[in-house]
Amino acid sequence: MSGLQIIFILVAALTLGAGLLAVTVRNLVHAALWLILALFGVAIFFVLLNAGFLAVAQVVVYIGAIAILMIFAIMLTQQVASYKGTQLNANWIWSAFIAVVVFAGLAWILSSWSGFSTLPPEMSARADPLRQLGSALVSPTAYVIPFEVASVLLLAALIGAIIIAWDRK
Amino acid sequence: MGDPVTFIAQWLENLLLGWGLSPQWVTILMTIIGVAAIAIFVLLVDILLVWVERKVVARFQDRLGPNRLGPFGLIQPIADVIKLLIKEDITPIGADRIVYNLPPIIALATVLMLWAVIPLAPTIVGTDLDVGVLYVVALGAFGTLGIIMAGWASNNKYALIGAFRTVAQMVSYEVPMVISLMVPVLLAGTMGINSIVFAQSPVWYVVVAPVAALILFISAIAELGRAPFDLAEAESEIVAGFHIEYTGMKFGMFYAGELLHALTISGLVASLFLGGWRGPGAEAYPILGVVYFFMKAFFLYWAIMWIKYSLPRIRIDHMLNFNWKFLTPLALIVLIVTAILDKLFAGFPEWLYVVGMLLANLVIIWLTVQILRNRAKVERKRVAEPGPIAAPQNPSVSSTSS
Repeated sequence: MSGLQIIFILVAALTLGAGLLAVTVRNLVHAALWLILALFGVAIFFVLLNAGFLAVAQVVVYIGAIAILMIFAIMLTQQVASYKGTQLNANWIWSAFIAVVVFAGLAWILSSWSGFSTLPPEMSARADPLRQLGSALVSPTAYVIPFEVASVLLLAALIGAIIIAWDRK
Repeated sequence: MGDPVTFIAQWLENLLLGWGLSPQWVTILMTIIGVAAIAIFVLLVDILLVWVERKVVARFQDRLGPNRLGPFGLIQPIADVIKLLIKEDITPIGADRIVYNLPPIIALATVLMLWAVIPLAPTIVGTDLDVGVLYVVALGAFGTLGIIMAGWASNNKYALIGAFRTVAQMVSYEVPMVISLMVPVLLAGTMGINSIVFAQSPVWYVVVAPVAALILFISAIAELGRAPFDLAEAESEIVAGFHIEYTGMKFGMFYAGELLHALTISGLVASLFLGGWRGPGAEAYPILGVVYFFMKAFFLYWAIMWIKYSLPRIRIDHMLNFNWKFLTPLALIVLIVTAILDKLFAGFPEWLYVVGMLLANLVIIWLTVQILRNRAKVERKRVAEPGPIAAPQNPSVSSTSS
């Protein structure tokens, strides 16, 4: 077993454990902190895959923005630490069913996937994945339309927020 | 001989290889030694910073500052460290123990991790990460997280208010900061910080993009939480904000982290806009680069202190207005103008490119000042107008009640 595999298993265990704790602990702030650890584990996966940009983007977007806003919202709610009620609602059986079906479907698809046994291609030292990603995002033969659609969507959200907050006199 | 660090590293590497270690292990060991060396060096500088900060603030306030222990009070910071170490360590009742004890470590560790990508000299650089600039932003996110954790886990309302203010401030000022960070990235065509320093020839980027440099500097001060953006601490309103409950070395780590963060950000701005280690002879004698780098970093650090001790604290609505209505649009305009001009001037000779960029920046500054002047005129008029005469809202009610 190579060093990379050992690291992968450790990080995978950390990510899964943190994810599990994020949905089971009773204290909401702790749940958010475990969620951050799980998201950070995903960032480590990107690093292990030589995708430095995605790793950093994962941290900036998920930990730097989303998780912090979540904690902010949680802190404004009551009883974050002393909630004693049940953690499940009446629909838990249905969500469990859907979760099992989705998991089984994914497992079935992945069982016929050949990716598990292939080795990652060796990256040449001069390869510049960041530049390739950048040009792919604006190249008409690649992802320019999804990229622009996402941009317009975000711009619309931005303008919408301004309109909502506009102080009409 | 101008490059002692590389020389020592080579010597050590050969020594370890000579002992029969496999090259793989030598690489790992050398990395660990390198990390330890830079961390220890930076922390020693940090102790000195306590003295620098106290001495400079004293001069600004017409005092002498520490002057009893050692020459010029140089031993004072060591005494401070000993004092912090032997103080009682208190955990408040109702504090969330683990979440309470993590933030001081996060506060210092995230700052130390920044030094991994800051080039001290052309050859003395932790790693020239190809996403170096974004890495800096990502670490800033962890710093914010540490402050929130500290504010919440302390079980103190002032700490929580401080944490709330910090989030509002840091999340907002990250926007102009990231946009202005993109300007040197755009000019150099790379995100690696050492590559950006290499690209700054013949002129530093502060000449090509002065507005972006200023925006980055202002938003970096806000990110640091230094005055005039120190609402998160605001001694006079919420006592000390998020670190109110921390004692002894835990407080010391916040304090050290804050001072070191200021120097680190200064070094970062120096690397991105003031040419980092660039200076006469730095390419041939890399050790000179370290001197130039720290000269520039300490100049900016001094400027941060100058601003801190000259300006009063800004109010929270002004702080947010300043960010969202002034810095962010300005940063966006600068980024768009720089991107367009960079393509337009691509075929021009070097000096014309620089002059064109500088002129464009001057035009932006002039327009900004004009718009601000008009706004100020309107605002002054509004304030000068006589307000409505005070009168009871409902006279009948007031007469019956009396």
